[in-house]
Amino acid sequence: MSSALLEVSGLKTWLGKSDKPLRAVDGIDFTIQRGETFALLGESGCGKSMTALSLLGLNPSPVSRIVDGEVKLAGQDLLNLSEAEMQKIRGRRIAMIFQEPQSSLNPVLSVGEQIGECLELHFKLDRKASHQRVIELLESVGIPDPLQRIKEYPHQLSGGMKQRVMIAMALAGEPELLIADEPTTALDVTIQAQILELLKKIQRDTGMAILLISHDLAVVAQMADHVAVMYAGQIVETANRQQFFQQHQHPYTDKLFQALPSEQKRDQRLTVIKGSVPVLTQDFKACRFVDRCDHAWDLCRTTPPEWIQEDEHGVRCHLFSQNADVERTMLPQTLYSSPLSEVLPSERNVLTVQHLKVHFPIRKGLLQRVVGQVRAVDGVSLSLKHAETVALVGESGCGKTTVGKGILQLVSVTGGDVNFQGHQLNGLSERALKQHRSSLQIVFQDPYSSMNPRMTIKQIIEEGLSNKQFAKDSEAKEKRIDELLDRVGLRAEIKHRYPHEFSGGQRQRICIARALAAEPNVIICDEPTSALDVSVQAQILNLLREIQHEFGLSYLFITHNIAVVNYLAHRVAVMYLGRIVEQGSRDDVLHAPKHPYTQALLAAVPELDLTPNEEVTRLEGELPSPANPPQGCHFHQRCPQAMPKCLESYPEHTQLSASHEVRCFLYEESE
Amino acid sequence: MPFLPVLLWTDILIYLLLSVVVASVFYVRSRPHLIAPWKFVFQKKRGVLSIMVLMCYVIIGVMDSVHFRLALPSDEQSNTQHYSTEVLTVLDVLVKPVRQQIEKTYSSPFATHLFMKEMQQLESGTVSFDYAKLKHAGSHLENEQDKGADIQKTVIKSTSYALFIWFIAVIAVMFRWTKKYGQSWKQVANKLRLGQSTYPLRTLLLMLFILLVFASNLIALSVDYHVLGTDKVGQDVLYQALKSIRTGLVIGTLTTLVMLPFALFMGIAAGYFKGWIDDLIQYIYTTLNSIPGVLLIAAAVLMLQVYMNNNPDSFATIAERADMRLLFLCIILGLTSWTGLCRILRGETLKLREAEYVLAARALGAGGLTILHRHILPNLMHIVMIAIVLDFSGLVLAEAVLSYVGVGVDPSMISWGNMINSARLEMARDPIVWWSLTAAFFSMFTLVLAANLFADVVRDAFDPRMQASV
Repeated sequence: MSSALLEVSGLKTWLGKSDKPLRAVDGIDFTIQRGETFALLGESGCGKSMTALSLLGLNPSPVSRIVDGEVKLAGQDLLNLSEAEMQKIRGRRIAMIFQEPQSSLNPVLSVGEQIGECLELHFKLDRKASHQRVIELLESVGIPDPLQRIKEYPHQLSGGMKQRVMIAMALAGEPELLIADEPTTALDVTIQAQILELLKKIQRDTGMAILLISHDLAVVAQMADHVAVMYAGQIVETANRQQFFQQHQHPYTDKLFQALPSEQKRDQRLTVIKGSVPVLTQDFKACRFVDRCDHAWDLCRTTPPEWIQEDEHGVRCHLFSQNADVERTMLPQTLYSSPLSEVLPSERNVLTVQHLKVHFPIRKGLLQRVVGQVRAVDGVSLSLKHAETVALVGESGCGKTTVGKGILQLVSVTGGDVNFQGHQLNGLSERALKQHRSSLQIVFQDPYSSMNPRMTIKQIIEEGLSNKQFAKDSEAKEKRIDELLDRVGLRAEIKHRYPHEFSGGQRQRICIARALAAEPNVIICDEPTSALDVSVQAQILNLLREIQHEFGLSYLFITHNIAVVNYLAHRVAVMYLGRIVEQGSRDDVLHAPKHPYTQALLAAVPELDLTPNEEVTRLEGELPSPANPPQGCHFHQRCPQAMPKCLESYPEHTQLSASHEVRCFLYEESE
Repeated sequence: MPFLPVLLWTDILIYLLLSVVVASVFYVRSRPHLIAPWKFVFQKKRGVLSIMVLMCYVIIGVMDSVHFRLALPSDEQSNTQHYSTEVLTVLDVLVKPVRQQIEKTYSSPFATHLFMKEMQQLESGTVSFDYAKLKHAGSHLENEQDKGADIQKTVIKSTSYALFIWFIAVIAVMFRWTKKYGQSWKQVANKLRLGQSTYPLRTLLLMLFILLVFASNLIALSVDYHVLGTDKVGQDVLYQALKSIRTGLVIGTLTTLVMLPFALFMGIAAGYFKGWIDDLIQYIYTTLNSIPGVLLIAAAVLMLQVYMNNNPDSFATIAERADMRLLFLCIILGLTSWTGLCRILRGETLKLREAEYVLAARALGAGGLTILHRHILPNLMHIVMIAIVLDFSGLVLAEAVLSYVGVGVDPSMISWGNMINSARLEMARDPIVWWSLTAAFFSMFTLVLAANLFADVVRDAFDPRMQASV
């Protein structure tokens, strides 16, 4: 094809020693046409970032090396180029943006200098022209007031702004191909929507191709023209968007879709992919997915599947080869997910939070005088019933994690009440608090940092038990630990091992076991699945549902993932800048959102459907600083429906129905 | 009793340190996450090499730390046993010939005559002005022309001894290997030759060979010659170089031992409790850091000097006196050097106290002390480990500089600093007396180089950031 911009064939990038290589990228073929968006989809560790780096010859050296393959950019083989020639390609013809805008910008150079540097490398421009071009670029990525911004340093910019600057830098070379490695993963949904919109607009304007690397099916659905699914270093399926979302074929792709939580699946367990990704150091004699596949048969265990291409749709699976057992392909999708009845919460309140305030003082000067307050949580009222899941939703920085810590008294509470089963928790001394500690537990976001790396699993779980009835009876204690591990789906033998030997999902299970060990009534789940892959997330969500059933636990589920909320929550509270702006049952909030912020937040969530998204109102700007919240309603600067009144005072609660309340003047008037 | 054991303060501390090391070896062996970095150290060639060199130094240093006083021939009249005022060590006994063969003054390495001409009376009665014959070195030679041949003979003999011992060692290693993995001798020999073992056995055996040859030659030659010459008062420089090892090691290790509690306690307290405790500790270490270290050390050593001069009765022997000064030097060096580690530990604790596993422990109702010793301290130990090894070589060098300046160890104590100090006056001499300085330089250089290489490997092994890239 003449319009092919990038052709990759047989690319292999191996890591580690030559006698036992880790086949991170193991024979990848794909083609990107000019002006299209090609998405590389896969879970963490499947080799998608390594592929992108290999294309540019930026794969970490000498740890990894490209052992085989061809990368052709408009007919020119990139892998045979010298480093000097490659430098002319990088940035000029292929540019790249990374996941973490924080660490990809040099903190000691101003925005203008950094973009100017990119220009200097590739074009001969005098100072004035260069300055002019930088301003143009900043304008094109939607940065307001570029003349001012050009002099600012990265730390003065917010995360979304930094990502925009990164994109501006990438655009400086006027590349033909932009590689975007998880460009929005570190950003909030509203910012993600802005950035995705921006990428699309740039693509329309300049006609460049985008290689989008993502783990998020929804983002891919919004952006991609072509999708390739990677698994264990290989591409297992490619298709155009339409085919991919409607008739995906590979069992792995299928599982990925099924593992996504959604409202429709509320009454069942989520499909999980059994087992884990195979070790990539082995010499594969079978299909890489065989151990986790429901359709696997003998052939899959003896011969690695060939690539089967049919028009634009290619798949690497025996099911679709000609000599496949016809009966097998006809086999109905075995769903071993048994229905799971919904947990019905009781009417009794376990935890009530009234006007909770957590302020952090800002100290300045020689004498460390308090000059201001960061109002992280500013008057939050919540209640949690027995066996209920309340989801606390909001963008990062809105104070939702602090609410969790404030309830647990892990940060000092400035004001308000935390009432747990009739006992007021705030104001208690550490000693008095001790008897309530075990009833309230927390599961953290990052399973890697929430366990002490120097303790065995047994010691970690013991911590939860130690001040219980097992103080003397060590045999009973052992038994209890075994029970707990068994409950969270881990074998009891692992208790003498250390956290680093486990994968993210397993670690999160251990964290849950530790929380369960204390026999809590309430578990605060602080984004427990956001660091995990979709298939692992499904396992954890299933587990949380099951133990809620079994022990009648109440969850305060802190998250930004609306799909998870939809699957798990009974009630939803939406937080904005330290306050809850809307609160109600899941149906009320997610299906009939009233507050403009909730509406915008829900609109920003990328949808899996393929209908070209109608022009929804995208939220402009970003979360203001909680140290200096805007006058009046905190949201008025970003609100499309702001009224003069909104600038003056913060709206009071408006009860829309028995279960639904909102803080917005729009509804106060209608009373 | 034929001897009276003498326990010097530094000896006690060295024994304490050794027992702590042995205990921690046993502790670490049962914990896979602790032993993993050490395995990494032993799998590196640099690690094995530096450990072998350091072990040689440590063995000499430990032998030199077993002090005693020999019994004097008992008096007929009284039954009380008297002991010599000279405090000896096991090392002194082992190297007796080197210690006792004292010449009149300077002689160059392998010389048979003094370095300077002097008036001497010949047997015939005539007086001549010539290089006098040495009392000990080369005295066994009948003809001085045989010196070269004699040295050659000794070298060949001792090298063959070394080869013999080395072969036994190689056979022993191979025997264990064949037993362990059930491979044939030929396979094992092949693997050994190609260096295909988990641990760098080939490097280890080669280094062992070098060390054996070096040591056996040194021992054999030093009996008959002054291998490194003699100094101004005729003492063998090799003996001085050997005795200096203990001083260097004591300064390098005990100082760390002194400063560690300060750094650990203050650093963790400041990081964990924050508030006014943090302010106070930060104030202390910034103040201490702004006073020039040498000034503080000089003042402290001079104060001790005055005290010792006023209370001569408190010290039975010169060795005890010198030892007290050495200990004091360690303490004062420790007091001035804890700030760096303290600062690092404070920063790390500040980070750790916000770690999610600490929060989880608090949510489970763990108290402050439990959190400190179960969650924070174990996660700081790698930093402590790295700091100890890195500081060691710096302290050994600091001793040399301080003794040179005159505020270091007691002048009667043999140390590299004192060797350099006494040799510096001879630098202007023509022909130059170069061997004292060279001996001090090389023995110190080897130790510091080995320690630095070791520190490098230890840092690679323990630093989590390094491990991520491996």
